[in-house]
Amino acid sequence: MQSGLVLLVMSLLVFVGVFAIGNPVDILINPDADQAEIERAIKALGLDKPMWEQYWIFLVNALQGDLGRSFVFNIPALQLIWQRMPATLELAAFAMFLAIFMGLPLGMIAGLKPGSWIGRTIMTGSILGFSLPTFWVGLMMILLFAVYLGWLPASGRGETVDLFGVPVSFLTLNGLSHLLLPAINLALFKLSLTIRLARAGTREAMLMDYVKFAKAKGLSNARVILVHVFKNIMIPVVTVLGLELGNVIAFSVVTETIFAWPGMGKLIIDSINVLDRPVIVAYLLMTVTMFIVINLVVDVIYSLLDPRVRLGDLKS
Amino acid sequence: MSQSELTLQVEDLQTYFYTREGAVKAVDGINFDVKKGEIIGLVGESGSGKSVTGFSIMGLIDPPGRIAGGRIMFNGTDLVKLPEAEMRDIRGKKIALIFQDPMMTLNPVLRIDTQMTEAILAHEKISKEDARQRARDALGQVGISSPDQRLKSYPHQFSGGMRQRVAIAIALLNKPDLIIADEPTTALDVTIQAQILFEAQKLCRETGTAMIWITHDLTVVAGLASRICVMYAGRIVEKGDIDEVLDDPRHPYTYGLIGSVPSRNKRGMPLYQIPGMTPSLLKLAPGCAFRQRCERATDTCLVMPEPQQPQPGREVRCFHPYGGGGE
Ligand SMILES: Nc1ncnc2c1ncn2[C@@H]1O[C@H](COP(=O)(O)OP(=O)(O)O)[C@@H](O)[C@H]1O
Ligand code: SF4
Ligand SMILES: [Mg+2]
Repeated sequence: MQSGLVLLVMSLLVFVGVFAIGNPVDILINPDADQAEIERAIKALGLDKPMWEQYWIFLVNALQGDLGRSFVFNIPALQLIWQRMPATLELAAFAMFLAIFMGLPLGMIAGLKPGSWIGRTIMTGSILGFSLPTFWVGLMMILLFAVYLGWLPASGRGETVDLFGVPVSFLTLNGLSHLLLPAINLALFKLSLTIRLARAGTREAMLMDYVKFAKAKGLSNARVILVHVFKNIMIPVVTVLGLELGNVIAFSVVTETIFAWPGMGKLIIDSINVLDRPVIVAYLLMTVTMFIVINLVVDVIYSLLDPRVRLGDLKS
Repeated sequence: MSQSELTLQVEDLQTYFYTREGAVKAVDGINFDVKKGEIIGLVGESGSGKSVTGFSIMGLIDPPGRIAGGRIMFNGTDLVKLPEAEMRDIRGKKIALIFQDPMMTLNPVLRIDTQMTEAILAHEKISKEDARQRARDALGQVGISSPDQRLKSYPHQFSGGMRQRVAIAIALLNKPDLIIADEPTTALDVTIQAQILFEAQKLCRETGTAMIWITHDLTVVAGLASRICVMYAGRIVEKGDIDEVLDDPRHPYTYGLIGSVPSRNKRGMPLYQIPGMTPSLLKLAPGCAFRQRCERATDTCLVMPEPQQPQPGREVRCFHPYGGGGE
C-alpha cells in the first residue's frame, strides 16, 4: 500500500521532470524532416496530447504492466531494462561480495589491534576509499591495470555463459577478468564502509561483559572472536550493507559508464542523453521497486540474525 | 593449617593500569587466602579494586593493565607465571567467574545451549549430546524448570534472576575448585538475591567448592561468608572472621561501612555516612589512603600504616584502630 503510493509519487515526479528537461522530438527526429513528417512522429509517440493526459495514459498502461516503448529502440522499455539488468546485478553482487569478504576480516583485524601498524594501515586505506571519487579511482585503475600494465581489460563484459538462462561473466576466465576492475571500483566505497562498521563493532564488542565472560569460560581466542564477536557485528554490517545494496545498483551508473559495462546504468545515461522518456521512467520505477524489495529482504535477514527482533519483543 | 587445604593464596598481588596519565594502582599489594569449600567476602566501595582482583586471579587483565607483582598460588601453582595456554585450561574449568550484570554476561545472539556446551567442550573431548545432557542437569541444579526447553532459548527470553541462574549454572558446569562471584546479586531484587545466596552456600557445602564473594554490600556477606576482607583504594584494610569484624570493627573505614548499614543502626537514629568520596587512584597522596575521610586521622597517618594483628586471624591496616569493642 505504502509502496504503491511511493511508486505513484515517483512516477509523477519523473514524468514532470523529464518534461521539464526538454522535448525529445528535437533530438529524436531528423532535423531535415519536413513539418508533416515531424507531426506524424509526434502523434505516433503520443506527444501531441497535454502533459496530464499523457500521464494519465501512462498510468493506465502502467497498471497493465506496460511502461511504454523506447523512443529509440522501439521495443518495450521494460524489456530493454530486463535485458540490461543481469549485467548490473552481477556487477553489484560481485562488488558487494568483495566488500563483505574483504571488509569484514580487515575491519575485525583493525578493531582487534587498533594501535598496531596493520590496524592503522587498514584504516588509512578505508579513509582513502571513502574520500577518493569513484570516477577518478576508476580512471586511475584503467590507466594502471589496463593501459600501463595491460593485465586486465578496461571495457565490456567479456565472454558470458548462461546460468539459468541469464548471461553471466563471472563463470568464464575472460568474463571474470572484465568484471574485476569495475567490481573493485564499485566495491571500494562499500569496502571502506564495511571496514568501518566491522572495526567499530569489534571494538565495542571486545569491551562487553559477554566477551569477558566467554573468555572466563576458557574458550580459545578464535572461538571468542569468530563466534561471539562475529555474530554480534554481523547485525549492523548486514543491516547497513543490505540497505546499501540499492545504492550500489544506483551508483553503478558511474562505474558502468567508465568501464563501458553494458548494464542498466549505462542504459539510463544513454537514455537521458536522448530523452528517451519511457526508458527513464521505467528505469526509475524499477529502481524504486528494487529498493522496496531490498528493504523487505533486509528486514527478514535482520530478524534472522538478531533473536531479540525475531520474537518481536524489543522491550527487553 | 596445611598447605593442601588452601585452594587459593594471593600474596602481595599488585595489578596496575599504565594509562597515559600514569600508573593506576588498582590493586596494590593484597594478601588473602581461601580454604577448600570456604566462602570469603571481598567488600568495599565501588572502585576499590575488587573486580580487578577477580580478573587478576582469572588472568583476564587486559592492557594497559598488568600484574606488576606478587603471586597467585592456586592448588600449588603460581597463576601469574603460568603460560596463557595453560591458564586457559584453568579458566572456566578450575576457576569460574560470575559477573555482576546478568543482562550483559550472556551473549544476546547465541542460544543458551550453545553458550553452555561450549564451556564444556572447551575443556573436554566429549560428544555434543553428552555436553548438552550436562548443561541440562546444571540448569536443573540451579532450579530452572523444564531445562530441555530452556536450552533452546535466547538470553532475552529469561528474566534477570533466571539469567543469573544460567550464569551460575555455566560456572558449575565443570565443577570448579573456586568460583569468583563478582557482585552477582547486586542487580537482582531482594527475594531472588536471598534465594541465590542460599543456593550458593548450599553448593559450596555440598561440593567443596571455594568461593570469593565480591560485593559492596555488607549485609549480603553477613550470613554467607566465613571470613571477610575489606578493601579500600586497592588495599585490604581489614581482614578477619566475619562475626568478629562485624561485631567489633577495628578499621575506621570498616566502622563507617557498618554504621551505614540500616539494620545495624539503632532505630530512629540517622544513618551514618562516611564523609567524602573514594580518592582517585591516580594521584594517591602518600600515607593512609583513608586519611581525608577519617575521623581519627593524625599526623602519624602521613605514612602508610602496615598491617597489624590485634588478635590471631585478624588484620588491620591502621595506626589508630578502634579497640576491642570499647567504642
Ligand atoms: N581498564 C582500566 N584502565 C584504567 N584503570 C582501570 C581499568 N580497570 C579498572 N581500573 C581502575 O581500577 C579501579 C578499581 O576498579 P574495580 O576493580 O572495577 O573496582 P570495584 O571494586 O568497584 O570492582 C578503578 O577505580 C579504576 O580506576
Ligand atoms: S591510619 Fe590514620 S587515617 Fe588511616 S584509617 Fe587509621 S586512623 Fe584513619
Ligand atoms: Mg566491580
